[in-house]
Amino acid sequence: MPDSAIQFRSVSYRLENGRELLHDLNLEVRRSETLVLLGRSGSGKTTTLKLINHLLAPSTGEVRVEGRSTREWDVIRLRRMIGYVIQDVGLFPHFTVARNIGLVPQIENWPPDRIQQRVEELLEHVGLDHSLGERYPRELSGGQRQRVGVARALAADPPLLLMDEPFGALDPITRAELQREFLALQGRLHKTVVFVTHDLREALLLGTRIALMEDGRLISVNTPQEFVDSTEPMVAAYVAAFGTPEIRKRANP
Amino acid sequence: MNIWQFMLHNHTEVLELTLEHLWLVGASTFFAVLIGIPLGILITRWPVLNKPVLGTANIIQTIPSLALFGFLLPAPWIGARADRLAILALTLYALLPLIRNTYTGIKGVDRAVIEAGRGMGMTDRQLLWQVELPLALSVIIAGVRVGVVISIGLATIAAAIGAGGLGEYIFRGLAMVNDQVILAGAIPAAALAILADVSLGWLEKRLTPH
Repeated sequence: MPDSAIQFRSVSYRLENGRELLHDLNLEVRRSETLVLLGRSGSGKTTTLKLINHLLAPSTGEVRVEGRSTREWDVIRLRRMIGYVIQDVGLFPHFTVARNIGLVPQIENWPPDRIQQRVEELLEHVGLDHSLGERYPRELSGGQRQRVGVARALAADPPLLLMDEPFGALDPITRAELQREFLALQGRLHKTVVFVTHDLREALLLGTRIALMEDGRLISVNTPQEFVDSTEPMVAAYVAAFGTPEIRKRANP
Repeated sequence: MNIWQFMLHNHTEVLELTLEHLWLVGASTFFAVLIGIPLGILITRWPVLNKPVLGTANIIQTIPSLALFGFLLPAPWIGARADRLAILALTLYALLPLIRNTYTGIKGVDRAVIEAGRGMGMTDRQLLWQVELPLALSVIIAGVRVGVVISIGLATIAAAIGAGGLGEYIFRGLAMVNDQVILAGAIPAAALAILADVSLGWLEKRLTPH
């Protein structure tokens, strides 16, 4: 197996009107790491993420997942081995929590008793009570909903996980709770995760490496420690924007 | 003799005409659903077809009903029997609300939900049957409701080409200058329309996702 789970090779992405959202991206995501894509809104983070599960196709260059270009993958197979969590969660409002979580196993035709067993296992994984399985998404709090979103993404045990600002819409306390749980979960599961955020604190907390993006370009890829110590102007500016001393303290607990 | 006595006296005929009326409306709604919903789905998949399909359905809707019955008269097989002709015309009229509501219903499904489904590897067909149609159902039913209510009204005109239904009384009453006979057709027709509106409205409300 190749050491890198995902590779971007000279990837650009342009809209039909010619506007370039991503410019000549070269990036590698290593197996079992959490790579954080950090940057402000419109920097190309989400575009990068959607190129991995082929919700978008590169205009030039190629994205390789598990050594194979996303153009060559059967797109349905590709997506089913990639868990996907988005900020708006996107739970199916007409499905119960249990059916939402069991969605990918269901479309993969698992037997019902195995799905049910898996659903209960996942509810536990993400710290939700079994009784919530019969509820509908509208009956849950924001934090519970996002937990369900994470459980759903993990359902078929995909080796890759894409998370697009999954905790962005939560209140600070719930957010901190879910971040901690994410770390604990990742400590057990060792998925390859690509995590999009604009929050530097979140990036430092969760990331194995941090890829800073600005205006459709990749600025640098650093470990959290390197990131806070970096003298590269754009990185330093990002750190300064979050308050340098406080951030340094966080990186050196 | 007041109107109620008239209807009571002629209750077999009132019932017969009501059943004819329901047959015209039921059959045309059936065909309109059969054609309109797939067309509505089709134009969500191929946006190029959006304008021609909705445009055509729109134009059909603007043709005065009597004229449409007349246009269809020379059609082979269809033109041979008045009820076939009426059903075809009513089907055409009911198409617009069905196509439009199917389209807007599906388009109105939360983008995040669609994106999550697609991102998890649902095929287009799975997305349609498990997500888009169930979530659009109440809007589609609203289209059926509009179509049915329009059809119940328009079906009275079908009597002009001899297709029967409650319009028989209305045209007969007009010819006889007899209000009672007109009302014997108009009241049951209005009652049918209200009944259809209320019951389909109830169904629509029940199916509305929260």
